Amino acid sequence: MKMDVRPPVLATDGLTVQVGHRDVVKDLDFTLQPGDTLVILGRNGAGKTTLLHTLAGLRDVAAGTVLLSGQPYAAWPRGHEACLRGLLAQSQPDFFSATVLETALVGRHPYLGRWDWEGPEDEAIALAALASMGLGGFAERQVPTLSGGERQRLAIATLLVQRPRLYLLDEPLAHLDLHHEVAVLDHFRELASAGAGVAMVLHDINLTARYASHVLLLDGAGGHIFGTAAEVLTAERLSAAFGHPLRAVADGTATLFVPA
Amino acid sequence: MADGHAAARHQPVNMRHMRLRARLVIAGLMAAALAAFAWSLSAGAMPVSGHDLLAALGSGEGSMEADIVRQLRLPRAIAAFACGGLLALAGALMQVLLRNPLADPYVLGISGGAAVGALGTILAGATAGWIDTGAFIGALGATLLVFGLAHGDGSWTQTRLLLTGVIVASGCGAAVALMLSLAPEGRVKGMLFWLMGDASSASRPWPALALLAVGLLAALPFARELNLLARGEITARALGVRVGRLRMLVYGLGALLTAVAVTTVGSVGFVGLIVPHLVRLAIGNDQRLLLPAATLAGGVLLCAADTAARTVVAPIQLPVGVLTALIGVPVFLFLLARHPR
Repeated sequence: MKMDVRPPVLATDGLTVQVGHRDVVKDLDFTLQPGDTLVILGRNGAGKTTLLHTLAGLRDVAAGTVLLSGQPYAAWPRGHEACLRGLLAQSQPDFFSATVLETALVGRHPYLGRWDWEGPEDEAIALAALASMGLGGFAERQVPTLSGGERQRLAIATLLVQRPRLYLLDEPLAHLDLHHEVAVLDHFRELASAGAGVAMVLHDINLTARYASHVLLLDGAGGHIFGTAAEVLTAERLSAAFGHPLRAVADGTATLFVPA
Repeated sequence: MADGHAAARHQPVNMRHMRLRARLVIAGLMAAALAAFAWSLSAGAMPVSGHDLLAALGSGEGSMEADIVRQLRLPRAIAAFACGGLLALAGALMQVLLRNPLADPYVLGISGGAAVGALGTILAGATAGWIDTGAFIGALGATLLVFGLAHGDGSWTQTRLLLTGVIVASGCGAAVALMLSLAPEGRVKGMLFWLMGDASSASRPWPALALLAVGLLAALPFARELNLLARGEITARALGVRVGRLRMLVYGLGALLTAVAVTTVGSVGFVGLIVPHLVRLAIGNDQRLLLPAATLAGGVLLCAADTAARTVVAPIQLPVGVLTALIGVPVFLFLLARHPR
């Protein structure tokens, strides 16, 4: 545990999240410190996205509290929460065309006043974020001409432009090839070591083992296991959560989980 | 990742370049608006030269030309310009609200309600002033009905709103057809003209023009938030937009603009659907530029179309809605084919 005078990036106390009358999580307590990377694992329909949206303050809690940088969402001045936490949502269809640069600049919205226009500084931030996601020469391309993986990297770049303290990522690796999967996770690891907090939904257990400091495993019936990655990632616990037997294979440098 | 220096070479001039282009488009549209007004005021059964036009507008002298320009052509030109602007602005707002490029100001049943109100008063034999009142009440009634039905359980999905609007609109369509078939011969033509859109009876254009200015000024402060809303609700909320409040504002404003437009000139079609698209093809989808540009372009289109409607086959006056469709459809198809996306 790091010593930090700043409040934790994110904390929950007795958090219960429901969809309809079904519990997604019940009585969840955890704290995300600067530098931590939390991965949320669970089978399809377990409520990972619902939980992530609740942690983003976009959904009402059934019980308990969510504290962003030490305060409930409602206590932050309107709009300021968007400077503190950013959400990478699952991709949604675009109905209107826009350029890549225009799209990335959307991330500057929380920093601009009602009548402000993006200035050269905002544009420099956006271009740097695009470059960091390998979209350096794409600024003037129309978004509908991009491939699925390029769009996903554009969505991540847009989130980077927002420069929050807490990054909430819903399946950040969707549509990405192997190289970009690792590059994206490396990028968020760097942001975490620079003092950000990262919480993400992933489906790849082995990338989770490689990048997560903490893991929240949802069983799909309201139960959960939270702990350090080493505590939670065992063949037995993963097999139970995913309803499919898994085997741990150690190759000397890492432990890999493969379906049995 | 790899291509960091590609971006370093990329000077941050893209947005400035785009904004310059957009300002040029808006300046061009303002010039086009002046030209449309000049044409509208000078063309007709008694052509008025440019010099006489300025004299008629400038001084209070009561020559016959001055009377025609100031009492007949000017109110009509202003009404057409204002309503074109209202419909284009309302269309642009509805397309963002419903995240649907096919949405237009009428999609939520507003024109249907106005038509029921207007035709009902024509059928009852009322005078012009009452027709406007009936249309306005019908428009607001349909708006509230759709809003109440779609908002019933507190959910606000675009599909639900859209479906409710479409159903209410088709119900209004049935009521309109019923009234047309029941109406005495002498009133059917007036009803048809109202349905197709007609600026000839617009004698009091100032409320529409005032609302156009107020509506645009009310929408512009929210333009960047509308850009986010167009990208999806979750994205907008995650970036700090109060989506519920914004949607209410856009819906209410769009409904009011449309109600006043159809009250003034009837259900002129295509302006509200096509103008925002034309402008989007020309300058992109940044609402901060799109909203004023679409407003101007809609005004220019309807003002020019109305002038054409009363002059091309004079002395017969065509309903302006027919002309907007005849001009708008091929222009739109041409532009769409030119921009394969």
